Amino acid sequence: MLNIKVLGPGCTNCVTLEKLCNEAVAENGLEAEIEKVTDYKDIMSYGIMSTPGLVINGKVVLSGKLPTKSTLSHWLMNALATQ
Amino acid sequence: MNYLSNKLNEEKTKFLIPLLLLPVWLILYLNLENLTNFLIYEIVNLSKGAHLTDAVWFFVFEVPKVLLLLTLIVFGVGIIRSYFSPERTRKMLGGKKLFAGNVSASLLGIVTPFCSCSAIPLFLGFVESGVPLGVTFSFLIAAPMINEVALVLLFGLFGWKTALLYMTTGLLIAMISGYIIGRLKLERYVEPWVYEVKAGHLEMEEEQISFSERITAGIDAVKEIVSKVWIYIVIGIAVGAGIHGYVPENFMASLMGKSAWWSVPIAVMLGVPMYSNAAGIIPIVQALLEKGASLGTVLAFMMSVIGLSFPEAIILKKVLKLQLIFVFVGVVAVGIIVVGYVFNLIY
Repeated sequence: MLNIKVLGPGCTNCVTLEKLCNEAVAENGLEAEIEKVTDYKDIMSYGIMSTPGLVINGKVVLSGKLPTKSTLSHWLMNALATQ
Repeated sequence: MNYLSNKLNEEKTKFLIPLLLLPVWLILYLNLENLTNFLIYEIVNLSKGAHLTDAVWFFVFEVPKVLLLLTLIVFGVGIIRSYFSPERTRKMLGGKKLFAGNVSASLLGIVTPFCSCSAIPLFLGFVESGVPLGVTFSFLIAAPMINEVALVLLFGLFGWKTALLYMTTGLLIAMISGYIIGRLKLERYVEPWVYEVKAGHLEMEEEQISFSERITAGIDAVKEIVSKVWIYIVIGIAVGAGIHGYVPENFMASLMGKSAWWSVPIAVMLGVPMYSNAAGIIPIVQALLEKGASLGTVLAFMMSVIGLSFPEAIILKKVLKLQLIFVFVGVVAVGIIVVGYVFNLIY
């Protein structure tokens, strides 16, 4: 089971990123729990300075931009393999 | 494996696209005037010298010109920005003292990728890692005010001098305002919880980005920005073309001309609560300048709309007390007013 966190206070890109994650998880038939982190203190605890941020299994993989869906799937598969 | 080989193929084509497009761009750009003449006078066969012909010519020539410039510059800036990140910028500003820090923060504000929705995490990250408050403000002032879209539009429509003046004065405002805010020692007006934030150590490995990925970043920037702003550019130029010759030349002169000393502060007072991106404001700028408003007044208006805004103040309210927001808006507004007067004196 993957743990995915979308970090962001609710800007457009954050919403898009969450949607992308849902799609990538569904398309690859993965089991994952997707959380939204909206509190600034919590967001900062991951050390990022631009939103949206993406955390997979506790590891920050992205901040400040949107990934393509294929890159996102690639990260998810990687995280699953090293789990 | 498949993923990797796909990536490699992608990389090769990534290099080719801009390489092939550059000569096309150049040929188009250099021949735009001839093409427009050909289209207007030969194909559509409009009569030379008529008001309508002039307006149509202006529109047909300016729209592709500005869009071409915008595409090239945004692509270039996208590549430059891939060398900077807020994290790296913070590191560079870390040990900087006031003034030297204000200068670097303002300059970095131009090249660091920034979106106003990230203003708070950025502010927290800067302050938490010990970047002085005044230096942080220099960054927050320069980043939205001086951006590539504003510069391209000013360059394309009003010439390189205007663009350069806008950039230099914008930088000066960011440096000096940040310096003043720093000297005023206003740290007590930052919400206390800001200083309790413990930023985690970012473990994301400093990824090695290949040059082809930077090209991708450039292409992405073009897609994102051009798709967002082209409509404003078309409207702006249409306004410029439309009122050309139809509204009296000096319509705005008495209100916003040089002789009206009150015009600069009023333009700024109107501009501060308004918010628009650089592209959205261009139609108005076009119309005002065309009709006799003076450059200083119009630039002051443009700066206050892009650089200061009510929504931004509300976002900042989460981390700053009201007093500090007032000081921030006040100092920057005064800076913009000074710039407006200076421009009006020079031109």
